[in-house]
Amino acid sequence: MASSHGAPPVFNNRVIAWIDHRLPIFSYLEKEYHTFPTPRNFNYFWNFGAIATVMLVLMIATGIVLATNYTPHVTMAFDSVERIMRDVPQGWLMRYLHMTGASFFFIAVYIHIFRGLYYGSYKAPRELLWILGVIILLLMMATAFMGYVLPWGQMSFWGATVITSLFSAIPVVGDSITTWLWGGFAIDNPTLNRFYALHYLLPFVIVAVVALHVVALHVHGSNNPLGIDVKGPQDTVPFHPYYTMKDGFGVILFLIVYCCFVFFAPDYLGDAANYIPANPLVTPTHIVPEWYFLPFYAILRAIPDKLGGVLAMFGSIGVLFVLPWLDTSRVRSCSFRPIYKWFVGLLVIDLFVLGWCGANPPEGFFVPLSRVATIYYFFHFLVLLPVLGKIERPLPLPPSIADAVLKKKAG
Amino acid sequence: MASSSIPAGAHGASGDPTRRDFLMVATGAMAAIGVAATAWPFINNLNPAADTLALSSIELNIAPIKVGQAITVKWRGKPVFIRHRTEKEIKEAEAVKMSELPDPQTDNARVTDTAKKVRPEWLIIVGVCTHLGCVPLGQNPGDPKGEYDGWFCPCHGSQYDSSGRIRKGPAPKNLAVPDYLFTTDTIVKIG
Repeated sequence: MASSHGAPPVFNNRVIAWIDHRLPIFSYLEKEYHTFPTPRNFNYFWNFGAIATVMLVLMIATGIVLATNYTPHVTMAFDSVERIMRDVPQGWLMRYLHMTGASFFFIAVYIHIFRGLYYGSYKAPRELLWILGVIILLLMMATAFMGYVLPWGQMSFWGATVITSLFSAIPVVGDSITTWLWGGFAIDNPTLNRFYALHYLLPFVIVAVVALHVVALHVHGSNNPLGIDVKGPQDTVPFHPYYTMKDGFGVILFLIVYCCFVFFAPDYLGDAANYIPANPLVTPTHIVPEWYFLPFYAILRAIPDKLGGVLAMFGSIGVLFVLPWLDTSRVRSCSFRPIYKWFVGLLVIDLFVLGWCGANPPEGFFVPLSRVATIYYFFHFLVLLPVLGKIERPLPLPPSIADAVLKKKAG
Repeated sequence: MASSSIPAGAHGASGDPTRRDFLMVATGAMAAIGVAATAWPFINNLNPAADTLALSSIELNIAPIKVGQAITVKWRGKPVFIRHRTEKEIKEAEAVKMSELPDPQTDNARVTDTAKKVRPEWLIIVGVCTHLGCVPLGQNPGDPKGEYDGWFCPCHGSQYDSSGRIRKGPAPKNLAVPDYLFTTDTIVKIG
C-alpha cells in the first residue's frame, strides 16, 4: 500500500526533526494519519470508528475524575455517588457524561458493527481486524456491566447477581467459579471491590486492543461502500485533511445528540430502580439490564434450560468470531448482493425485536416471540449466510472506485 | 536447528530424542510448573476470605412464627426462607409423584435436620432461585405463590412448590436446603 507516498517526510522544525530521528512518532503520524491513502468514496457510516474512539477517550477521562470521589464499599458506594451528584463541583456533569456516555459508546459501536456487516468489512484480508473488534465488544460489555454495579443500587445488585449466576450453569465447577467471582457466598463487599478494580483496568485493555485494531486496519486499509479493493492512487485521497474533516464533522453531530441526552434526559436510558439502594433480600419485580444488553438477555431467557440459555447467549457473540468463514459470498458490499441486503435489514429488525422482548417480562406472547427471534438470529448466521453466498447472483462490480464515483457524478 | 558448530551425534540421526531434546522438555516443564505455582496465589486470592467464611451460622427462635406464616432471615449474605407450613401445604408437597419433578426429592428429605429429626411443619430453604439468583416471591401474604402454592421467581418465571421444589420454568434445581439443627423445640441453628 502507499507506494506513491514512500518518501520519508522532512521536518522543518529542528526539535521535531531531532526527536523524529530518535523516536519516529512524527513520521508515524504523517504516514498513518496524513498521507495515508484512504478510499475516496466513504459514506457517513465510516465516521463511527472515529466517533467510538472519541467516546472511549471521553469515558476514560470522566471515569478517572469520578474515581477520585467514589468509594467502593457496600455501605458507602451509593452515598458517594449521590455526593458526586449533589456536592462535588460539576460532579453531576461528570457522572451524567459517564453514564450517558456508556450508552452512546454502544450506539457508536453497534452502528460501526452494522457498517462492517452490511459492507462485508470482515472478509479477507480483514478477518483479524474484525475478530479484534469482537474482542473489543466483549471487553466493553464486561466493563459496562461492572461499571453498572458500582453505584450499588437495586439494579446494580440484582443485575450483578443474575449475570454472575450465569457461570453457575457450567457443569461441575460452576458453583465454585461463582463463589470465586463473588469472593463470598453472595454479591457483597468483596465483589464490589474487585469489580471496581477491574472496571478501572479494562478500559486500558480496550485501548490496547483498539491500537491493535488500528494497526490491523492500516495494513490493508479501510474497506469502502463498494467493497472492492483500491486499485491505485486514483481511488484514494489522503486521510488528512479529507477524512479528518469528515470524521470531525461526524463527531460533532454525534456529540450534539449525546449532549442533548446528557443535559436534558440523562436518566432516560437508565433504570429508575437504580436510585434505590441495593437490598440483598428483595429482588425488584422486574430486572432488566441496560438497553445495550437487552437482545442478548432475551436470547438467554428464550431457552427454557439454564445451561442452554447461557450457551445461546454467549454463542450469539461467539458466532461473530467465525463470521468471516460463515459468509461464503465473494462479494463484500451488500450494495451488490440483491438478496442478502434484505436479510441484513431483517437481522437488524430481529435484534430490535429481541431487545423489545428483553425489556419485557417473560410472559405471554413475549415467550414465543423471543424464541422465534432467537432462532432467526442463529439461522441468519449459521444457515442463511453460508447457503446464500452459494446461490445468490451478485450484481456486476464496478471496475474501480474512481470509475464508480466519477460515473455517479456524471450520471 | 542443525548448525555446523554442533558436533555430529548431538542430534539423533532419525529424530531420536537426544540429551538436548530432553533438556528442552525438562526446562519447558519446569517453567510451566513455575508459572502455574506463581499464578495460584493470585487466583486463590480471589476466593472468600477467612472473615467471610467465619460468618457461617446463625441461631434463631421460631416460636413466634404461626402456622401459615413465613419469615426471611439473612444468612451468608443470602435470604433464608422459614415457612411454618399448613396441613394443606404439607399434604400437597407429600402427594407429588417423583416422576413429575425435574429435580426429584421427597418432601421428607427436605424437612429433616442434621440430627435426622423430621419436622414437616417447618420448611427451611435458601431463598435464592437456582436459575440466576433472584429472590423468589411468596413470603409475604400478597405475593404471587405460583401454581404450586410455593414461590414464584419474578425474574424469569420459575415456579416452586410448597416444598421449594422446582416445578416449572428455567431453574434446574430445587431451592437449596441449608444444614440446620433444631437445638430445642423452638431454636433452630442454620449453618
